[in-house]
Amino acid sequence: MSLNPLVRAGGPGIDDADVLVRRVHVLDPRAGVDAPHDVLVRAGVIAEIGEPGGLTAPDGVEEVDGEGLHLFPGFVDPHVHLRTPGQEYKEDLETGTRSAAAGGYVAVVAMPNTSPVVDSSSLLGSLRDLASRLARIPVGFTAAITLGLEGTHLTEMNELRQAGAVGFTDDGRPVTDAGVLRKAIQYQRLCGGVIALHEEDPSLSAGGAMREGSVSARLGIAGVPWLSESTMVARDAAIAGYEGGRLHFQHLSCVASVDALRAAKAQGFKVSGEASPHHLCLTHEAVRDLDTSMKMNPPLGFEGDRQALIEGVRDGTIETIATDHAPHARDEKEMPFEQAPMGTTGLESAFAAVYSELVRPGVLPLATVVDRLIGGAALMDLPTPRVAVGERANLCLVDLEREWTVGADGYESKSGNCCFDGRTFHGRVLMTVADGAVAYRERSFAVHAA
Amino acid sequence: MKHLLSIEDLDRAGIERLCDRAASFAEVADRPIKKVPALRGRTVLNLFYESSTRTRSSFELAAKRLSADVVNFAASGSSVEKGESLRDTVQTLAAHRPHAIVVRTPWAGASKLITQWTDAAIVNAGDGQHEHPTQALLDIYTLRSRLGSLDGLNVWVVGDVRHSRVARSLVLGLQTMGAQVTVAGPPTLVPAEIAVLGCDVRYTLDDLPQADVVYALRMQNERMKQAYVPSIREYAAEYQISSRRLGARQLLMHPGPVNRGVELAGDVVDGPQSLILDQVRAGVLVRMAVLYEVLASGGGPSSPPDGPPDGPERRRRRPSGGRDPFNNPELHPA
Repeated sequence: MSLNPLVRAGGPGIDDADVLVRRVHVLDPRAGVDAPHDVLVRAGVIAEIGEPGGLTAPDGVEEVDGEGLHLFPGFVDPHVHLRTPGQEYKEDLETGTRSAAAGGYVAVVAMPNTSPVVDSSSLLGSLRDLASRLARIPVGFTAAITLGLEGTHLTEMNELRQAGAVGFTDDGRPVTDAGVLRKAIQYQRLCGGVIALHEEDPSLSAGGAMREGSVSARLGIAGVPWLSESTMVARDAAIAGYEGGRLHFQHLSCVASVDALRAAKAQGFKVSGEASPHHLCLTHEAVRDLDTSMKMNPPLGFEGDRQALIEGVRDGTIETIATDHAPHARDEKEMPFEQAPMGTTGLESAFAAVYSELVRPGVLPLATVVDRLIGGAALMDLPTPRVAVGERANLCLVDLEREWTVGADGYESKSGNCCFDGRTFHGRVLMTVADGAVAYRERSFAVHAA
Repeated sequence: MKHLLSIEDLDRAGIERLCDRAASFAEVADRPIKKVPALRGRTVLNLFYESSTRTRSSFELAAKRLSADVVNFAASGSSVEKGESLRDTVQTLAAHRPHAIVVRTPWAGASKLITQWTDAAIVNAGDGQHEHPTQALLDIYTLRSRLGSLDGLNVWVVGDVRHSRVARSLVLGLQTMGAQVTVAGPPTLVPAEIAVLGCDVRYTLDDLPQADVVYALRMQNERMKQAYVPSIREYAAEYQISSRRLGARQLLMHPGPVNRGVELAGDVVDGPQSLILDQVRAGVLVRMAVLYEVLASGGGPSSPPDGPPDGPERRRRRPSGGRDPFNNPELHPA
């Protein structure tokens, strides 16, 4: 019998909430709700959804004025790096989940490329135990596909699943050997669990620190050609189709990858894809000043790639927006560009970035963005948060008109290597209720007890 | 000019000003005592993360001829090998209050990064495969000295453009001065996107006779190991500049050190069209001009209290177009 893949949060102050949000605009695209309502949460469960101003707070229930605010189902990120075990100086289970809650997330899925790698059930078990004591929101853990992420021997995938692994990934590295990946996909018939892939052909990408193109040519920095990703997406989609397995493609970054994913879906293959806020909002032009916050893997692409990713999000080829939240310590990023590690944080700025850059200018509908921010749950076999009576409360309360500057008040994350640092965005998360408990309140957000 | 990080920091007038100033220093090299007191009391730190004999000694000579104190810091054998970060190294060295730091690193943008950590003037002596602005300046100076003007000049830069910081600065600098530039080399070593610099891109030397100046880049053995070209033999057959390829009216340049028999045949290195030794001589003069400009324009921490009476600090307070800053009036550019 398998364990629940989501570890329930158990940090201090994680108690079932009793709260009434009045006159708030509820938007839950999957539940078909897009109208003002009163929403009452009792003992962590959505007890009642009524006409705006129609509900009154029972005794002991905190009342929140939601006039002018939006209430969404809480977001789920299928791709974050919590750096535990081994690199707790970058992030730990508490700060990482605190950062997620501040971004409106109610569940995150952690990657296994830690030190040591999560490739054994004993390590996975101790991590889950730690999370049950430290995490602010529910966390799922993935395990490695191959031992030590070395791409040669499969992990004990079945035992890992029984020990609670959400799925499998060698994220940070590709599974370059097609034969190894094929065996993992075959083995998936026994153990289940999605296999998520970081796609990169190292024979094409080796040594690259940014996207190969006009900016890399000017800077004299070795580039990663986009086909390093797309050829692997096409190859692995074919393997998934051949074996009937289920694959998820992480952090897609170029036109040809989106095309390959769309083509694989058209053939009925069980494949899915994600795009990050940074690939949706930025291009390789952002690297021109060699700000190491702009260094990530895969690197920022061309404007055409950004447009293709937006189109993929719009038409559903890309089911989810995932941050690939990748914290690094300040001194690690305070390096010449080519030496700095790859990665940007993203949990706290994801919604605001996508909302400000894509929704406000009319590029994407708000409902689509919200849908993609919760879309990661189903891909990881986790319950999708819904604003519906009888559901555990997984909600985020957002002020779309509120302007704020990323990083101006610091971060909940231990690290500040955010590619949007210093940018002023619209859309501020005021409160997050995760699995029935208030996991985050914006500092200046006044709460009025009834 | 506070720093010199990129050739793009300079417009045409700025390059001409530096070349004029370098020309004014040419006379110093012919003196029995090759020294002027222009930067007396100033400290120039050479911070080199890569081995470099020519560039480092050229900067050192330039600083000494201007009477600056020079400290050489080579990354090998230092705390860098013990794992000290660039920032910590720079801040440690900056605590000695150098007025200028000349930086060579294997990393693009490192010299710019360093400007955040010290108030010394920073001169980029090569950052990865990004830029080498003083090399471009000395090449322009050399051509200007020989030809007067670069307007309409047709320059071919031949060889490993992909890995060349010299090429990036040179292509931009030459164009600023009115020259037309073509880069040529094997497709593996000439990225198509290099055309963003504004140059033409060729993969053969068929049209090389169009060139007024042929600038050969150094071909590193390492590129063979990385399979950018199949063999030195094949590279030389297609791209080596030899007396057969070099026309009688064409000039030849090379940033050094030369691989004889690879990018250049021995006969052209020593031939009358070669400007290679002029480039070396120009290196010191141009670097004198650059150090003078970054320090005389107020770069670096303020002058020590016992600084030279005729030092740059005092000069800065004079109205522009004022009197000659040097003790020796004939140093001033005509």
